Amino acid sequence: MMEWLSNLFGRKPAPASIARDRLKLVLMHDRVNCRPDLLDMMKNDIMKVLLKYMDIDEEELDIQVSQTTSETNEIVPVLFANIPIKNMRKQN
Amino acid sequence: MSEVYVITSGKGGVGKTTTTANIGAGLALQGKKVALVDADIGLRNLDVVMGLENRIVYDLVDVIEGNCRLKQALIKDKRYPSLFLLPAAQTKDKNAVTTGQMKKLCDQLREEFDYIILDCPAGIEQGFKNAIAGADKAIVVTTPEVSAVRDADRIIGLVEANDIRSPLLVLNRVKVNMVKRGEMMSLEDVTDILAIDVLGVIPDDEHIVISTNQGEPAVSKDSSMAGQAYRDVVRRILGETVPLMDLEQGGFGNWLKKLFGPKK
Repeated sequence: MMEWLSNLFGRKPAPASIARDRLKLVLMHDRVNCRPDLLDMMKNDIMKVLLKYMDIDEEELDIQVSQTTSETNEIVPVLFANIPIKNMRKQN
Repeated sequence: MSEVYVITSGKGGVGKTTTTANIGAGLALQGKKVALVDADIGLRNLDVVMGLENRIVYDLVDVIEGNCRLKQALIKDKRYPSLFLLPAAQTKDKNAVTTGQMKKLCDQLREEFDYIILDCPAGIEQGFKNAIAGADKAIVVTTPEVSAVRDADRIIGLVEANDIRSPLLVLNRVKVNMVKRGEMMSLEDVTDILAIDVLGVIPDDEHIVISTNQGEPAVSKDSSMAGQAYRDVVRRILGETVPLMDLEQGGFGNWLKKLFGPKK
């Protein structure tokens, strides 16, 4: 009865919209689910390219697939990379 | 000319076998020559849903292993003169068949039939791979529940990765009153999430339980809402443009109106 009342007065979102929102999040995760070995291979390739142009701190390097909120307020997958640079100009 | 459909879902218990039986019987009622193949090796089901369990002599694995000819294993459904069932083996396991053998079997069936409908096992293992190997088209069955829709999304990806383009959705067991109250996801909610073309919406209908108990597909029962929805699905498969059933207007009231109301 209490549940019915709180639904009536809109305190709780409707179960269908809860389902919709949860599914969207879960599927987002499922769809971008990047295999760890693939991520490692990508990390190595990115490093190879960057090392051509600069010295980077390979110990502190952090690359991962995560989520962010877009300008239109949607949650979208992003490739997040934090790569500390030791020296911009690589000495030839 | 002939088409091979696989009925698949990922999650178990959402109505693959019921959908297979009803589409198959419906196509046969339209005069098409149809072979139903139970690809769920080890967990034979389609035979009981069709009411043909007492007539099995040979099964799919017997055909593949060469213990019998294909024609000997095909059970003719006496109620629908152009409908045949190839039952699954019950004693073998799902690894008894390879994708190559399944493809060959489908090609053999193409010579005889207009439509070949494969009832795919749940899951994404060998049985699933076998069932989709020989198919040209896929029908993904789901219910409006988070777990079933999530699995459907996975299945759509796997089906497309196997070069079956644009699979079609059958949304099963929709409880209209719950959707109206915002307690169950609607067709729009599900298609919005899955981005897939719709082949049919099947209302939750007690007739399905009764018809499964009796071994007679609901598609042949005029009074069944789900049966009507499956008849619409069949007409769409045959290329007709049929509007989706208005579930809100449907049900007993609508049936009465049809019976007593002015003829259109």
